Amino acid sequence: MDADRLRETYRLMLLARRYDEEAVRLQRQGELVAFPPMSGQEAAQVASVLALSPADMVFPSYRELGVAVGRGVDMTGYMLAFRGAWNGGLYDCRRNRFAPMASSVGSHLLHAVGWAMGARLDGRDEVAIVYFGEGATSEGDASEAFNFAGVFRAPVVFFCQNNGWAISVPAERQSAGEIWRRGEAFGFPGVRVDGGDAEAVFAATSAAAERARRGEGPTLIEALTHRFGPHSTADDDTRYRERAEVETARRNDPLGRLRARLAASGVPDSWFSDAEDEARLAVSELRASLAAAENPPAVEMFDFVYAAPPPALALQRSQLEELLGPDA
Amino acid sequence: MPEKLFRAALREALLEEMERDEKIFLIGEDIGVFGGAYRVTEGLLDRFGAMRVVDAPIAEEAIVGCAIGAAMSGLRPVVEMMTVNFSLLAFDQVVQNAAKIRYMFGGETTVPLVMRLPGGAGHQLSSQHSHSFEVLYGFIPGLLVVSPTTPEDAKGLLKSAIRTDNPVMFMESMSLYNLRGEVPDGDYTTPIGEAAVRRSGRDVTIVGVSRQAVLAGIAAQRLEEEDVDAEWIDLRSIRPLDWKTLGDSVKRTGRCLVIEEGWPTYGVGAEIAAGLQERCFDYLDAPVARLGGAEVPMPYAKDLERAAIPSVDDIVRQALRLVGKKAPAAV
Repeated sequence: MDADRLRETYRLMLLARRYDEEAVRLQRQGELVAFPPMSGQEAAQVASVLALSPADMVFPSYRELGVAVGRGVDMTGYMLAFRGAWNGGLYDCRRNRFAPMASSVGSHLLHAVGWAMGARLDGRDEVAIVYFGEGATSEGDASEAFNFAGVFRAPVVFFCQNNGWAISVPAERQSAGEIWRRGEAFGFPGVRVDGGDAEAVFAATSAAAERARRGEGPTLIEALTHRFGPHSTADDDTRYRERAEVETARRNDPLGRLRARLAASGVPDSWFSDAEDEARLAVSELRASLAAAENPPAVEMFDFVYAAPPPALALQRSQLEELLGPDA
Repeated sequence: MPEKLFRAALREALLEEMERDEKIFLIGEDIGVFGGAYRVTEGLLDRFGAMRVVDAPIAEEAIVGCAIGAAMSGLRPVVEMMTVNFSLLAFDQVVQNAAKIRYMFGGETTVPLVMRLPGGAGHQLSSQHSHSFEVLYGFIPGLLVVSPTTPEDAKGLLKSAIRTDNPVMFMESMSLYNLRGEVPDGDYTTPIGEAAVRRSGRDVTIVGVSRQAVLAGIAAQRLEEEDVDAEWIDLRSIRPLDWKTLGDSVKRTGRCLVIEEGWPTYGVGAEIAAGLQERCFDYLDAPVARLGGAEVPMPYAKDLERAAIPSVDDIVRQALRLVGKKAPAAV
């Protein structure tokens, strides 16, 4: 990573951290229904997505705020999804090459493989990357996705963020083996990287994407990370893990590590405070735009079930419209 | 019109559509070199190559999940499940993803996926390979569910299924693959969502689901000898249901019998009976009658298997009861 890219990575990681903290506050204030914080995983998320080209397709889980920030996804739309304003389509999935968040754990690994196979059949030079946690690797979908990707040499990057916990279940209860080693069993390379090291993540993801683009097939990356917070705003992680573990993780904060690396290379303090100011401004803009955002009309509920609504559904829509009157 | 086998009509639909649109590809188990467990995809591998006729590893969840991903990227996959029973392994992908992705994308992304699902009893495939799951998929908003019973509709409905931007569950009765019938020349489609009135009648409406529609037709002929003029409807579309055709018919005949091979509790017949009572209660001269398979896992023994699904005799008997020509069965 050159100096510019390294600074850009830091800037986006900081932005992701501040958005993440704000999202938790907004949830506590009743503005969001629930939120799964990702603080601690910024290097893994931002550096990996920056290693891709803009045409590549991202398949995120629900804890990929850093990836979304790295992709430039509209944050108001992204956060509205957590406000429960509407099921999705709140940010432009196609333009951002950022699929809707998968909340059916592990199911989207297969979509990424299928997308990659389809892109190749269609003659498009695209790689798909799919983000998932170590918990998702226990799902049959994950093993089936690895197998299909291996057999068809699909241009896909499997990016596993092993943050040690699937809600309250520790990683050693998900798998007796090491996740990255599964690649070999399915006929493609697996690598394990320090997910707190932005440069290492960038290098591993770049290599995997290039390999996919050369037609050599998939790679499984296991990035070891930590989540500083609970699984989501709906659980209290003090009930299942020791505080010492979180404190140790915070002492190795990926943001602090990259800052030290940049400072050592001569980046002045003023640059860091400018980055902080920029993040603070972005967060206040997000807060204002969320407060101003209006919910979509209720009758839209019926609109996207089918390409063209069957008669029974069209009837239900008009009945609701009639009931709501001008509020429809 | 030339006569063709049901399976040949399906194959023609696939071949013509794949020639028309390069974005269509097939994926399934043993569909390439082997030509499919029911020979529907025979010769297509040679014609279109291994990129478009994909022999997949045995993993139904992955076949459907990958097809969904490919569909999201703009391709038009046609999945063949070796039998409808195996689609249960992919149920999560169908229900949680194929049926919902369009909705969850706010209409921005479509899943133009077709799943061909051979099913039904009659081949001594026993309890794990002989299901009729029309109702299982008919339950899910976001899916279209069709079931052709003639070679003409097999081709026309498959073309419609491939061309629509919605996911379609395409139910194929295994017992119909060797059915011969007229197939029009040239390109045509059969609309999804429309039942077919195969025979007009005054006395009773007999609605058949999947292969039972064929039996319903034979029963309607037999009823002529009993001086009963039956209207015979081939349902064709399980979701959405064609309430217009069903309602218009029952308003004329005042009586309705629905026949399906699947279990009748919570079945297609149950839904039609409820819907007709909501829509044309005042026209009904008798409660809507249902006839379905015995509520047991499909027996292996040939005679038991035959006894477990409605026969033409059963349909005739039930229709005669409905028009008051025979004493009602003891409850």
